[in-house]
Amino acid sequence: MRDVAIISFAQSVSARESERNEVEFLMPVVREAIAASGIERSEIGFTCSGSSDFLQGQPFAFVMALDAVGAWPPIRESHVEQDGAWALYEAWVKIQTGEVESALVYGFGKGASGDLGEILALSLDPYCVTPLWPHADSIAALQARAWIEAGRGTERSLAEITSRSRRAARSNPHAIVSGDETPDELLARPYVASPLRAHDCAANGDGASAVVLAAGDLARSVCSRPAWIRGIDHRVDPASLGVRDLTRAPSAELAGLRAGVGRDRIDVAELYAPYAHQEAILRQALGLPETTNVNPSGGALCGHVMMSCGLQRIGEVARRILSGTADRGVGHATHGPALQQNLVCVLEGE
Amino acid sequence: MADPVKSIVTPIRLEYDYTPGRATSRFLRGIARHCILGQECPKCHKVYVPPRGSCPACAVPTEREVEVRDTGTVVTFSIIRVPSENIHFELPYAAISVLLDGAGIPFFHVVQDIPLDQVRMGLRVRARWVATEALAPTIASIECFVPSGEPDAPWESFREHS
Amino acid sequence: MAELCGIVGIGQTKLAAKRVDVSMPGLVREAADRALTDAGLDWRDIDAVVVGKAPDTFEGCMLPELYLADALGAPGKPLLRVHTAGSVGGSTAIVAASLIQAGIHDRVLTVAYEKQSESNAMWGLSISAPFGVAVVAGAGGFFAPLVRGYMRRSGAPDDVGIRVAVKDRLNALRNPYAHLHLADINYQMVEQSPMLWDPIRLLEACPSSDGACAMVLAREKLAKDAPTRPAWVHATAMRSEPTMFAGRDAINPEAGKQAARDLYAKAGITDPRREIDCAEIYVPFSWFEPMWMENLGFAPEGSGWRMTVEGATALDGDLPVNMSGGVLSSNPIGASGMLRFAEAAMQVRGQAGEHQIAGARRALGHAYGGGSQYFSMWIVGSEKP
Ligand SMILES: [Zn+2]
Repeated sequence: MRDVAIISFAQSVSARESERNEVEFLMPVVREAIAASGIERSEIGFTCSGSSDFLQGQPFAFVMALDAVGAWPPIRESHVEQDGAWALYEAWVKIQTGEVESALVYGFGKGASGDLGEILALSLDPYCVTPLWPHADSIAALQARAWIEAGRGTERSLAEITSRSRRAARSNPHAIVSGDETPDELLARPYVASPLRAHDCAANGDGASAVVLAAGDLARSVCSRPAWIRGIDHRVDPASLGVRDLTRAPSAELAGLRAGVGRDRIDVAELYAPYAHQEAILRQALGLPETTNVNPSGGALCGHVMMSCGLQRIGEVARRILSGTADRGVGHATHGPALQQNLVCVLEGE
Repeated sequence: MADPVKSIVTPIRLEYDYTPGRATSRFLRGIARHCILGQECPKCHKVYVPPRGSCPACAVPTEREVEVRDTGTVVTFSIIRVPSENIHFELPYAAISVLLDGAGIPFFHVVQDIPLDQVRMGLRVRARWVATEALAPTIASIECFVPSGEPDAPWESFREHS
Repeated sequence: MAELCGIVGIGQTKLAAKRVDVSMPGLVREAADRALTDAGLDWRDIDAVVVGKAPDTFEGCMLPELYLADALGAPGKPLLRVHTAGSVGGSTAIVAASLIQAGIHDRVLTVAYEKQSESNAMWGLSISAPFGVAVVAGAGGFFAPLVRGYMRRSGAPDDVGIRVAVKDRLNALRNPYAHLHLADINYQMVEQSPMLWDPIRLLEACPSSDGACAMVLAREKLAKDAPTRPAWVHATAMRSEPTMFAGRDAINPEAGKQAARDLYAKAGITDPRREIDCAEIYVPFSWFEPMWMENLGFAPEGSGWRMTVEGATALDGDLPVNMSGGVLSSNPIGASGMLRFAEAAMQVRGQAGEHQIAGARRALGHAYGGGSQYFSMWIVGSEKP
């Protein structure tokens, strides 16, 4: 495999983009990531993005987004209807073929222009489940309940995860929510779908993120401390909730193993856990020790831009490696109800 | 199977708050006061109407506003005879790609007040607006385009747009 | 390039207006099963799955690949979902091929589909944002003005589109999977069919279809030993440009020209018309045959229509185009690009039955999408590159 590194990262998150459209909020993020990369826009070999038409409420929403990236003269470009983390994977593959030396990757979404939990009902079995319109929070609550009943944790464990995340988010300028509540204070609040309370569910918003990837020598020539991708893998679990052990995430376990998470210590992990209990499931799936700093950004609970959130997790880890505050970390992305699909990316400084 | 289920109907209704964006909002407010505002690219100086907030060719934001005229040239067209749920014009009608005077890109609208077999490339047209009291921030404030009576524009003047 | 990529299995469903006999999982499974059978492989031999389809709004299912994971044997494996508008079937195959070429996997299953009958794609294509006015009806309304522009520019006779429409429907009669089988198709029938989006007549436009296409791709060592001889990927190319910008040529788009140049350079082709034996290209409206002949460099600008008129693109011409009957005879949108890519591979494997071009050694598969702005193409050959 070729050495490939993340050499820059930019993001924009807000509770609601009520003035700017997708092109208007994506363009500054892309420009920032390219400017920070030290590579000219025209020198970037490949572009890949992740988004979902149903978040925009319009078919071909990603086509308009092309206006933001400078696709003239024409560019080598592709798009996944998945989180930007999978766009990063496709770009990494493209660099592995040897065809290109660098890539721009971005993800964007408008999770706050409709009821995301309701829209996500359309990603279930269209014949037997979608007609019931289960809310995404309700499905997550079924998983949380199963997790508690299996003795993996308690409602207090959820409150502890949320409390820690909200405190961490206070120092993240891109967080949508933050706070310094104690677990007891959080436990006093009402349920939205028991055992989950509002703060145990992601704070949805609008936004975008972008990274620039570069191969070996190019990365070294433009970046003093590239965040090298040491392993990246993604796996999917069956769709039907009934056939899965909801207290585990087998696809995350497998992806973590194949990405080599356990090969060395992990300083920092950013886990895409839109519900509090999912952080605990993922932490276990990846075998992260207590010493790993998990979600120092506050994670998805404190700012969740669907289709960008996974790429942001990877970007948050890369940012810490680029700046020298961490040596080895793991960025994680998920997709689908109850952690159905998972991607794990291990990053390391030199 | 004796009686297989071959299809079910699942009605879907989702509501979205739509954000036109800053550039389009300014354009729509202009329309509401009978004024067509484009935006000029700071690099290639082409004028985008309706403005999209950026020049996709140069990948830079566009900010300088330019008022363009409500007259223009039909650069290409199609006579539409296909019904579609979201189309509110009576069939058949002439969809046109119209390049407004002062604009750098054409946009789609319809032309009326002309027999369909006389619609042609190069036809000069002007906007027919709704009554002043009905003006609103929507493209629908321009009811349609109608022939302006000027001589046709030569092909060379719009070849790159058709 | 670390690895050569071979196409060792190809499968497609019967393409039809409504496949009410199968669900969406049933549809993709039908194509995937056939591809695996062709490859002499089992589900457990597959390392990763790459799925492509056009907008989720077409069936009203968001991220349907998550639900289809089980039907595609994906659990425990990587699953990618590509969406690049109408070119998606081609782009999906290219992404799958890159997983082999990069040396990441041994065997990859790639599937593209559309089940248009489960919703209203024409509505899906024409959703207009608030504050606007919907003016064009469906894709035909968008592309008809471009066709008119091409006619004016090239000075082509008015009936070139009719000739293409007849040729492709005649070819479809040789393809058992094609949606439209118009036994009595002829010039008068197309000419007299209703004008829908003037200058595009009903029979100059593609139908709306349900269908899926699948391919199994393998790395060199495994492809060599496949039961049926593989098609080898000689070159792939993708290019995109913005939908509209001042001065854009939407009739002969630069992205398509660049992709073709890149493709030929990678495949070592200097004279495409002579060195390529047949081409399966994305022609949803008949006039796009001459337009793409020029864009792909098979004919000088302004003269693509001569190839049609002179019969060069017929099955017995010097560059047969759309041997399967093409998009004009079957259009399951998301699968349409992959069907083009698969037909090219079938030709060089000698698998195309009644629409086989004798001795085809090198073939082009092509797809485009959006406002003629997304292009994907590949060249496959019977011999290793
Ligand atoms: Zn410009």
